[in-house]
Amino acid sequence: MTGLPASTDKKLGLVIDLDTCVGCHACAVNCKEWNTGGHSAPLTDEDPYGGDASGVWFNRIHAFEVGEGTAGRTVHFPRSCLHCETPACVTVCPTGASYKRETDGIVLVDEDHCIGCKLCSWACPYGAREYDLDAGVMKKCTLCVDRIYNENLSKTERVPACVATCPAGARHFGDFADPQSEVSILTAARGGYDLMPEIDMKPTNKYLPPRPRANTCTAPVTDDDSIAPSGFLGLVDRVFSR
Amino acid sequence: MHPAYSVIFFTVSSGLGFGALMLLGFLALIGRLDPDPWLAAAVMAFALGTAAGGLMASALHLGHPERAWRAFSQWRTSWLSREGIAAIATFPPALVFALGWVVFGEVRFPYACAAGVAALLALATVTCTGMIYQSLTAIRAWAMELVTPGYIIMALAGASLWLAFAWRLVGNVDPMVTHMPLAAVLLGWALKAIYWRRLDIPSRGPTVQSATGLGAEGVPVRLLESPHTQENFVMREMGHRVARKHAVQLRRLAQGLAFALPLVLTQGVAQFPDLASWLATVLVLTAAVSGTLGLCVERWLFFAEARHAVTLYYGASRT
Repeated sequence: MTGLPASTDKKLGLVIDLDTCVGCHACAVNCKEWNTGGHSAPLTDEDPYGGDASGVWFNRIHAFEVGEGTAGRTVHFPRSCLHCETPACVTVCPTGASYKRETDGIVLVDEDHCIGCKLCSWACPYGAREYDLDAGVMKKCTLCVDRIYNENLSKTERVPACVATCPAGARHFGDFADPQSEVSILTAARGGYDLMPEIDMKPTNKYLPPRPRANTCTAPVTDDDSIAPSGFLGLVDRVFSR
Repeated sequence: MHPAYSVIFFTVSSGLGFGALMLLGFLALIGRLDPDPWLAAAVMAFALGTAAGGLMASALHLGHPERAWRAFSQWRTSWLSREGIAAIATFPPALVFALGWVVFGEVRFPYACAAGVAALLALATVTCTGMIYQSLTAIRAWAMELVTPGYIIMALAGASLWLAFAWRLVGNVDPMVTHMPLAAVLLGWALKAIYWRRLDIPSRGPTVQSATGLGAEGVPVRLLESPHTQENFVMREMGHRVARKHAVQLRRLAQGLAFALPLVLTQGVAQFPDLASWLATVLVLTAAVSGTLGLCVERWLFFAEARHAVTLYYGASRT
């Protein structure tokens, strides 16, 4: 079962737009909210109201500073399972609890077969898997497998919780196997890229780079008052400089 | 990587047991096994006890030990699964060998063949153990080709010291058994020295730039804000780092305990055959204990020095 499918019919995944993400953590919160009652429920928290709270989350929002000084910018960086095409987390699993679905490429954990050896979490370079201490099994993003096919939800709601909630429209869900899908077109148009391409896991999820700045920063305000203004202000300056 | 004591105990203990089975199989096949029943009982109890004890420890640290049997199913892709199968498969021939050596005092055919098969399976087991780590591309310190040979040679080095002690205990000073530690320990020392030297070379592995796709060549990328205020599982399990200066000292300690002291003691005893028997025995025992402690330090460092790629998302700039 931990053998990988040669190819998958669909390649479902996310496009995450680092240009528009505002770092509000709404995707992480809605993910937690949905999934603590979903396929991998519960997403256990340890000491949730104490001084050392920790728990299982499928989505973590980092913020990076890129460049320095006036050229520097803050980039918010959501990190979750990338549903790789060749995921090492699946092949290292000794029990077959981890698997990649042939139909849509989603990487899942069968919690009834997981022995909690944690080797999959070591194998993943992206830190996508989080161990549930309470349940003694590994948990991970399911791409909201219980939403995207859920016929009890309206069609617009059949997307992962993180995508449904993003107020900035920075997250997109779709099938990368279809070149005409929104995610494929977005990826091609905006130069979507893989994280850590040198570790050959072939992530399905793509990240869109921040767009180049339209206006470069204006000259910084300085305390230097030796610069003489021109025009009327120049006249005033000259009068008062006497 | 977090150096969990259960994993250190498991790899050291089962390494010693399977290492001993490899050496015993070799000795049985070349006809150098001492048929002394007390030696046989003590050595087989040591080999099977440490091998089985290590396996039990590894099962106990699982989230669901009662499902451990499922781990034998995925041998097609998983080195952990292969290790489990090879480990269990080692026991039947090892027990046949033990029956011959301990109960019947017989070390020739067919028991020597059983010992040989057990030795091969023990070698396969330790190879799988090494490959579990070596196959993880997310951890540069482990995805190096010296990792698996290191596991094998360290198992042999540690076990050879205990066999030398056991032989000494029954008053058998077989030069083959006396000199096995010399070869294994020297080889282990050379291999670990090369491994550490390669580990210290700055690599072209993943950087925070490639992990985030941000910042072209030379543009600095630094973590501005962590996603959470408290440590999560990923940081506790993968984020452990040992300070550079401590690593240097611990490498010295590991080399002293695992290689230098055992070499001096065993070869010193070999050089002075007039030494009182009790003193020689105590010195060889000290060498074996030192070797095993050194193995523990080496294994602790193997984890503590390994930097996981995910640390790039938590403030590390390179692995």
